[in-house]
Amino acid sequence: MNKRALRPWLYLLPALLFLGVFLVYPLLDVLVYSVEEGYNSASQSYYGVGLYNYAYVLHDPYFLQAVKNTFIIVIITVPLSTGLALLISLGLHSIGRLRELFQTIFFLPYVTNTLAVGLVFMILFQKTPYSDGLVNVLLSVFGLSPVDFIEGPYWAKILVMCLYTVWIVLPFKILILTNALASVNEDYYRAARVDGTSKFRIFTKITLPMISPMLFYLVITGFIGAFKAYSDEVAIFGTDLNAAGMNTIVGYVYDMLYGDSGGFPSYAAAAALILFAIVMTITCINLLVSKRSVYHA
Amino acid sequence: MKIVLQELTKRYPNQNKKIKEDVVAVDHFTFEIPDGKLIGLLGPSGCGKSTTLNMICGLEKPTSGRIFFGEDDVTDLPPENRGVGMVFQSYALYPHLTVEQNIMFPLENFKGKDKLTREQMKERAKKAADLVQIGELLERRPKELSGGQQQRVAIARALVKEPRVLLLDEPLSNLDARLRLQTREEIRRIQRETGVTTVFVTHDQEEAMSISDWIIVMKQGVVQQIGWPQEVYDKPVNLFVASFLGTPPINVFRARAEGGKLYIGGAAVLDVPGVPDGDVTAAIRPEGFIPCEDGPLVCGRRAVETMGRDTSVVATHPDFVREEIRTIVPSGTRVDAYAPTVSFALRPEKTHLFDPETGERIPFGEETGHE
Repeated sequence: MNKRALRPWLYLLPALLFLGVFLVYPLLDVLVYSVEEGYNSASQSYYGVGLYNYAYVLHDPYFLQAVKNTFIIVIITVPLSTGLALLISLGLHSIGRLRELFQTIFFLPYVTNTLAVGLVFMILFQKTPYSDGLVNVLLSVFGLSPVDFIEGPYWAKILVMCLYTVWIVLPFKILILTNALASVNEDYYRAARVDGTSKFRIFTKITLPMISPMLFYLVITGFIGAFKAYSDEVAIFGTDLNAAGMNTIVGYVYDMLYGDSGGFPSYAAAAALILFAIVMTITCINLLVSKRSVYHA
Repeated sequence: MKIVLQELTKRYPNQNKKIKEDVVAVDHFTFEIPDGKLIGLLGPSGCGKSTTLNMICGLEKPTSGRIFFGEDDVTDLPPENRGVGMVFQSYALYPHLTVEQNIMFPLENFKGKDKLTREQMKERAKKAADLVQIGELLERRPKELSGGQQQRVAIARALVKEPRVLLLDEPLSNLDARLRLQTREEIRRIQRETGVTTVFVTHDQEEAMSISDWIIVMKQGVVQQIGWPQEVYDKPVNLFVASFLGTPPINVFRARAEGGKLYIGGAAVLDVPGVPDGDVTAAIRPEGFIPCEDGPLVCGRRAVETMGRDTSVVATHPDFVREEIRTIVPSGTRVDAYAPTVSFALRPEKTHLFDPETGERIPFGEETGHE
């Protein structure tokens, strides 16, 4: 090979090196860990190769609970946050005055620390010996009995979790969608107005198709992000998510590695790969659906 | 359908909030566009021609004044109830729809008794597409079409509702030079075939002159002149209209009128009976110069450019307001390519006099009754 042909590879080398060391190798290593049965990190030994780790994880009630929680969060928050973001963006797009003020307000959660937001949610929802939390105070105004949202029934915890997740992912989606809406050529709307197109038809026939690539992008990244949820749960329910019954798949992986019940890299690896398979499948389905319904410029 | 504009005015609040005074985009525009004519609305950018078009269309509300289509006052009607078709400068074809879907889009909005069946819509779309000769492209998407084809689709979409009035905003500005020629003839043909009253906006005087039945020249919201293209070219009412029409542009000199004669740089160059004595602005069309050895207007010779059909003599003169005088003379004319000067006689019908202060036309000769 002559010098000229080598040159591009030389330029690529730093990136390839980093990707290889920090991405490809760990990925392969995870695969290896996940099939090593009875791996002991202290002695670096194991006594077999097989799918035992997967079987264990799939029968672990904590893992099943984490999968259930994760799926509930994904199924509720992704459509809800995307839909809400679309509504808010449409609103922002149509108001003239104060648009910038509202844009800033809606963007604030994005620049706020997750844990700080968690604290705010605690104040809103947590029952303490001294206070019922703001939401419970409001509930009592309407004559409803207070609910312990942080340590109470499962549905209450999921509710808080979903609210929190939606609130935290909303700003980015609004940012993307307001820009997508602003980039639609005004002439399309003018042409539609000349033809007397109804507002609803303009929205479904022009606006939606024109912003569909961005919407689709948000759905895909939304799914992936929600499947990888973990820090948001910690921010509200603390680090012992299993005890709270609010663990997620990523939380389970972390617990298996470093938690109180940790020290099981093989189980963690198996769980991580199961998550990978789930995300991969969902993304592929998304891509297939988008082929039919998304307009690509 | 004739279009009547009555004292049409549009003001906007000034963008610069410190200035209280409104921006007047269109100022008391009154005109009657006869039925079935092709009208070119012409002017430099920001002259209010697009605003006028948008008001006729109904996309913008006039601040004051009325608009009539025939006998109907449409001033307060939304665009869809006016019966207008509009072709946008960007064409505004919906990129995610096929050509056929684009053309059918306006028809799908019909409600109540006007509602059409799918077959009727397809039929109407096909008819409109055939009219603009894109019948074979119905299944394509806009991005698979050339600029000229997109333009045709846009016209078909505007015509499919069989509007009373067709409006075109800078219809040719996105096309290359060759397509432009072809398309403007195409617009002319479609307009003739459908007989729909058509108004189009352009900043290109050649485009406007070549296909319009009438042209309207605007400047800063005020109509300068309305007329048959040749008439506007031959008798511009003011210096602005004279300078705006024609390529190469008209040649403008500082001059003086004295005793019925026009003086440029001390030399009496033309008889101008009926003009009061004083300073005037003399504007001479490029074809108004006749090179001859004893011609009264002596200019510095800069270049002689042979175009084939005719020859362009580029010259200078101290009383000329810009850099170079551009003249067009028949190709047979002998011009000494080495002489430092070139002399011209002037054609009176190609020479226009304007008031140096107001820019208004100063009539002379036949126009004033003097011989």
